[in-house]
Amino acid sequence: MADFISGFWNMYVMVIVALSLLFCVFVLVSNMTKRESGPVELHGHVWDETLAEYNNPLPRWWMYLFWITIAFAVVYLSIYPGFGKTNQERGEHAQYEAEMKAANDKYGPIFAKYRSMDLNALAADPEAKAMGQRMFLTYCAQCHGSAAQGAKGFPNLTDEEWQWGGDPATIETTITGGRIAMMPPFGPSLGGEGVKDVANYVRSLSGLAHDSLRAQRGAELFQQNCVACHGADAKGGPAMGAPNLTNKIWLYGSSEATIIETITNGRNNRMPQFGEFLGEDKVHLLAAYVVGLSKK
Amino acid sequence: MKHEKIESNVFLLIVLTLLTVSVGGLLEIVPLFFQHSTTSPVDYKGNQLNVKPYDPVRLVGRDIYIREGCYNCHSQMIRPFRAETERYGHYSVAGEYIYDHPFQWGSKRTGPDLARVGGRYSDEWHRVHLLNPRDVVPESNMPAFPWLNRPVKGDDIQDRMRALNKVGLHKYSDEEIAAAPEAIKGKTELDAVIAYLQGMGLALQNVK
Repeated sequence: MADFISGFWNMYVMVIVALSLLFCVFVLVSNMTKRESGPVELHGHVWDETLAEYNNPLPRWWMYLFWITIAFAVVYLSIYPGFGKTNQERGEHAQYEAEMKAANDKYGPIFAKYRSMDLNALAADPEAKAMGQRMFLTYCAQCHGSAAQGAKGFPNLTDEEWQWGGDPATIETTITGGRIAMMPPFGPSLGGEGVKDVANYVRSLSGLAHDSLRAQRGAELFQQNCVACHGADAKGGPAMGAPNLTNKIWLYGSSEATIIETITNGRNNRMPQFGEFLGEDKVHLLAAYVVGLSKK
Repeated sequence: MKHEKIESNVFLLIVLTLLTVSVGGLLEIVPLFFQHSTTSPVDYKGNQLNVKPYDPVRLVGRDIYIREGCYNCHSQMIRPFRAETERYGHYSVAGEYIYDHPFQWGSKRTGPDLARVGGRYSDEWHRVHLLNPRDVVPESNMPAFPWLNRPVKGDDIQDRMRALNKVGLHKYSDEEIAAAPEAIKGKTELDAVIAYLQGMGLALQNVK
């Protein structure tokens, strides 16, 4: 309200508010007539030849209600914003600041206590875990699921596989800064047959059904194209965020068709960064909660 | 002035009635046209906000958002209460909406508020979620929008930009309008909606 382009508008609001209130007072005062004894006088109009109207005063209780609304307006405007720029200290922004300050006074010490605690110790603290879970459900469950079980393309946080590293400090880093995962498409360079060969080799790594002839050919292609990220042993690594291909955990699915799709088109996904949005204290508690979920 | 005089003079009655009923509007609506925070990209403290006019792809996405009735379940207005700002981020300010014609504030939240959804999820998440929300959020009751995976129909994009020039604060230049069909070429409706969503509320994204 306080950023009018000129001072005129502040005056404009004050003058109209004051004039309307005064006008209401004037109307009330000009209609305050006392009832006198004797016969009630007629209003003076006569409609339809004989229809006349008594000129009774307004009911007293009704007049009082009008006075009360005017008094309310005066009291309200003297406390809250409305009469131009006055009382901004009780406006919506100030009320919000007060609400946030009260919350900080109440919860600040709790967060401060937890902030100084080690993540492993925090993961074992039941109260911290309850707080962490509530935040997880608000900020993380949309991708990782309400039980942190993940979904296709979004990692399960309760298993032992960690694309970017599963030690507590790394988990905190991941939440703070986010992660960008990018597997480039190999369809153009490998060709349809080549992709199928590699897919069969990848399936063979974790003991899934595969065509051994194709897997043999795929092994060679794998060494030429995939080891830079997934490693010669195909166990992946947190440096590139490359998944381990030798276990039973699959981010996008383990069927031949899905693996072919992954190799052909690549995969792009990211974990958004939450550091600035949530602040250190909450990230710390969330990291502890995730550490507590992990089987590792 | 006597009661009788007003009642028996229709013209005077109309003038006085109009005057009385316009007081509210004169006080609560008219001054908004003369405030910086409601007419330019600044917040209520006068800080500049980084609000960008809709580029053609986001504009198409916004029109799909309206076509599919997203506003029936999603609001775009974070109120200044801690319960809202903890979940969604900084409360909304008027300056963020200056390029919105019509604004998409909505009034019902069957789903969450979207005013600051930009950057909160990956593009891939939006893709999966729009095609079938249950794939990522099993508890979700949002309808699936599988038909969005089709090319945008953008033959009228230039007309839409010219229409916005008539009502909006941002005037698209002739070059911008000429380049628009090229910008949306090859995009799917999903791409457009995701671009729209990812651009939402970035001005005060990480402000406390």
